[in-house]
Amino acid sequence: MTAIDVSHSGLAAARAAFRTCRFTGLKVDIAAQRLIMANAVAAVVFLAVGGLMGLLVALTRWPAVHLLPSEWFYLVLTGHGANVLLFWIIFFEIAILYFASAVLLGSRIATPKIAWAAFVLMVAGAIMTNVAVFQGDSSVMFTSYPPMQASPHFYLGLIIFAVGALIGVGIFFATLVVAHGERTYEGSIPLVTFGALTAAIIAVFTLASGAIILVPTWLWSLGLVAEIDPLMYKVVWWGMGHSSQQINVAAHVSVWYAIGALTIGAKPLSEKVSRTAFLLYILFLQLASAHHLLADPGMSATWKIVNTSYLMYLAVLGSLIHGLTVPGALEAAQRRNGYTKGAFEWLRKAPWGNPAFSGMFLSLVMFGFIGGISGVVLGTEQLNLLMHNTIYVPGHFHGTVVAGTTLAFMAMTYYVLPLIFQRDVIWPKLARWQPYLFGMGAGGISLFMMGAGTLGVPRRHWDITLTDAMHPFDLPSGGFLMMGLNGLAAVIAAAGGILYILITVGTVLWGKRLDKGEAPLTFPLHKQAATVAEYGSHATVKLPGTIILVSVFFLSFVLYYFVNWKYLSEIWLLR
Amino acid sequence: MDDRPESEPRQERVPAMQQLLDNPFLLLFIGITIPTILYIVWGVMEIASIPVAP
Amino acid sequence: MAISPPQNRLWWNEPIERVEIGWVVVAFLWGLFMFFFMIAWHFIGGQNLSTETYRITPAAYEQKVATFAEKYQVSEESGVPVVRPPVGEDVFILARLWEWWPLLELKKGQSYRIHLSSIDWQHGFSLQPVNINISVHPGYEQIITLTPTEAGDFGIACNEYCGIGHHMMTGRIRVVE
Ligand code: HEM
Ligand SMILES: [Cu+2]
Ligand SMILES: [Cu+2]
Repeated sequence: MTAIDVSHSGLAAARAAFRTCRFTGLKVDIAAQRLIMANAVAAVVFLAVGGLMGLLVALTRWPAVHLLPSEWFYLVLTGHGANVLLFWIIFFEIAILYFASAVLLGSRIATPKIAWAAFVLMVAGAIMTNVAVFQGDSSVMFTSYPPMQASPHFYLGLIIFAVGALIGVGIFFATLVVAHGERTYEGSIPLVTFGALTAAIIAVFTLASGAIILVPTWLWSLGLVAEIDPLMYKVVWWGMGHSSQQINVAAHVSVWYAIGALTIGAKPLSEKVSRTAFLLYILFLQLASAHHLLADPGMSATWKIVNTSYLMYLAVLGSLIHGLTVPGALEAAQRRNGYTKGAFEWLRKAPWGNPAFSGMFLSLVMFGFIGGISGVVLGTEQLNLLMHNTIYVPGHFHGTVVAGTTLAFMAMTYYVLPLIFQRDVIWPKLARWQPYLFGMGAGGISLFMMGAGTLGVPRRHWDITLTDAMHPFDLPSGGFLMMGLNGLAAVIAAAGGILYILITVGTVLWGKRLDKGEAPLTFPLHKQAATVAEYGSHATVKLPGTIILVSVFFLSFVLYYFVNWKYLSEIWLLR
Repeated sequence: MDDRPESEPRQERVPAMQQLLDNPFLLLFIGITIPTILYIVWGVMEIASIPVAP
Repeated sequence: MAISPPQNRLWWNEPIERVEIGWVVVAFLWGLFMFFFMIAWHFIGGQNLSTETYRITPAAYEQKVATFAEKYQVSEESGVPVVRPPVGEDVFILARLWEWWPLLELKKGQSYRIHLSSIDWQHGFSLQPVNINISVHPGYEQIITLTPTEAGDFGIACNEYCGIGHHMMTGRIRVVE
């Protein structure tokens, strides 16, 4: 890679066309810009399709509504998982990788033609899998556990998509090499690019695991391989399925830092601590794939404990560090901007009307409190018995991947639109409300599904009244209530989601062009006092607000953790 | 990406940890090796060693 | 800013905030605690999932369960045998599309070695309202030692998606004093 790029670099660098961003002064490669736009648009399209399916699923699981017939429910649920978790998230992540490499480093993107080929592969794969799902004989859930079998093109679509994404990740690494070789930046890469690098590294492991297991599974569906061991499949598949969630974590933490920087000029408290936290992700985050095998036969307790704990919770340590450094960086910046009264003036007077900021902050809080805490509890070897495969599990990951990642990506969109698409966001008043609406709904579905799961409601289940079952029994009525509330929250989340789609599509098509005329924005947007601190906290050692927030978080964490052990200690004995 | 060309004004030596963090391909290597060994290889070995029912 | 290269070329040598160090220490210790607590529960706790597992063909497992059910059957409910194994005896549960077979009657406070396996797809053993949830695979026989601590009727739902009848898959354990 290096050799080829260096030998052509003079030529390619001369050929690449750049523009200078009028708001940030960043040098933007036009080819990279087009690729970012294409991937972002594809992401939003799949979010629209998948989000709608999510609403249909939630309305079916609302006992009083029970919208879809059972065949359709399982079909739509399969489509929901694939479209949002894989297609929406990964397209957006590819856009982030291109942004964090080419744009933030002021470099040309490596091999734009191949990047377009990757995009085409991803689109083709995603469409192929959707076709398989809608044909109706691939309602196997996006996890597709054997021996249950989908049509061959269900797997083939996923494989093609993964290959495309892997090429995209390769382009990111190649662009780092180009930028370094052509010396487009001084010193180390920016923190946000480092976070993107973390995501890219995890992505390589993820996509490789996916290929290793899906290729034989595809051959099996064609009759060319006799059998796929269900346990082996599960181990390797989750190397992809769970690690891909860790790409999300690395990516949305980068987005938090980026929005903090663009909005209020936040800089990391210390580069060293924040980067070390990302390093812990690189080293240990992917081990958590074992979360999905805690209640399975055959795996030893040692393997479970070592892996599920990310080797002694070292990756959780990484997240806990970001949980302090992100709000800490925001507080430090706000204090530099002049909001120094009391513990919380910096927070009260934050730009809550800016959807990028509010979305980012809600994402930070809900990811920590809902997704993060429940994830550690769920991933504890013995506690997992209480909730494995109940609807607590989707509750947990709607806290991570919807209230956390999706909301962070939505927030980022409010900067991608002016900076990359060079369009002014239409309907700014509605845009102000969008993150709150979606955040409230997403937080709601997470909490209510967690509540229902604690009461034993199973996941992926069309009829919890069990009326047609051979030996019917009653699940607690609290579970039904929770599923009803979940339906209500889903309607709110869907309203926020639809608003996001309308604003985004409307802006891309009809937003006022920002590439000529008066420039209405300067970044960081909300900055009053300029300071020249060498590193973030130089002038502001005291972060009382952040300390209070983090203490509240820590206490909730410890409390919830022990409540679950108490609950476990009261069930039947098991050894 | 730790190598600094000679033409740069001489600075202190870059600390080892920073050199690691500045080197994407080294990070890529360890980031793949650790989960491959601890999770995949060890996991597959566990499954392979499950005995047949008596 | 986080979107530009660090201003200080040798950022690794910058001092760290006290609040950061403090939090890193607290968080690290908490992680260690949680790690060792999982290990400790294997010694002090009464709820640990056994990992005793064997490979078995679906046909062989089906045979074992049938033999077991025939031996200890006490009655029948909607065509399904109700089985009351003697205390301490091995108990077999079979998962298939779409039932947990057979129905069981156990004694409160007694321990049973419960065997779990599937003869077709994956299923999810979900004992309610106790809320014990275990994955069941075809080809693998897992053995757990279970001690019911309360009497009554307990349902088993399936919480691993297993096709179009997934929501109709149930079973039952009756616990008597
Ligand atoms: C309007 C927004 C959304 C609503 C109302 C919603 C609702 C739901 C509901 C009710 C379930 C079903 C749980 C079950 O029956 O087991 C579900 C499953 C799921 N959702 Fe969402 N969701 C939304 C958005 C998202 C997004 C944005 C993502 C990913 C980024 C996501 C990822 C998933 C996944 C992976 C599943 C599991 C599918 C499976 O079990 O195979 N959802 N969602
Ligand atoms: Cu089942
Ligand atoms: Cu099932």
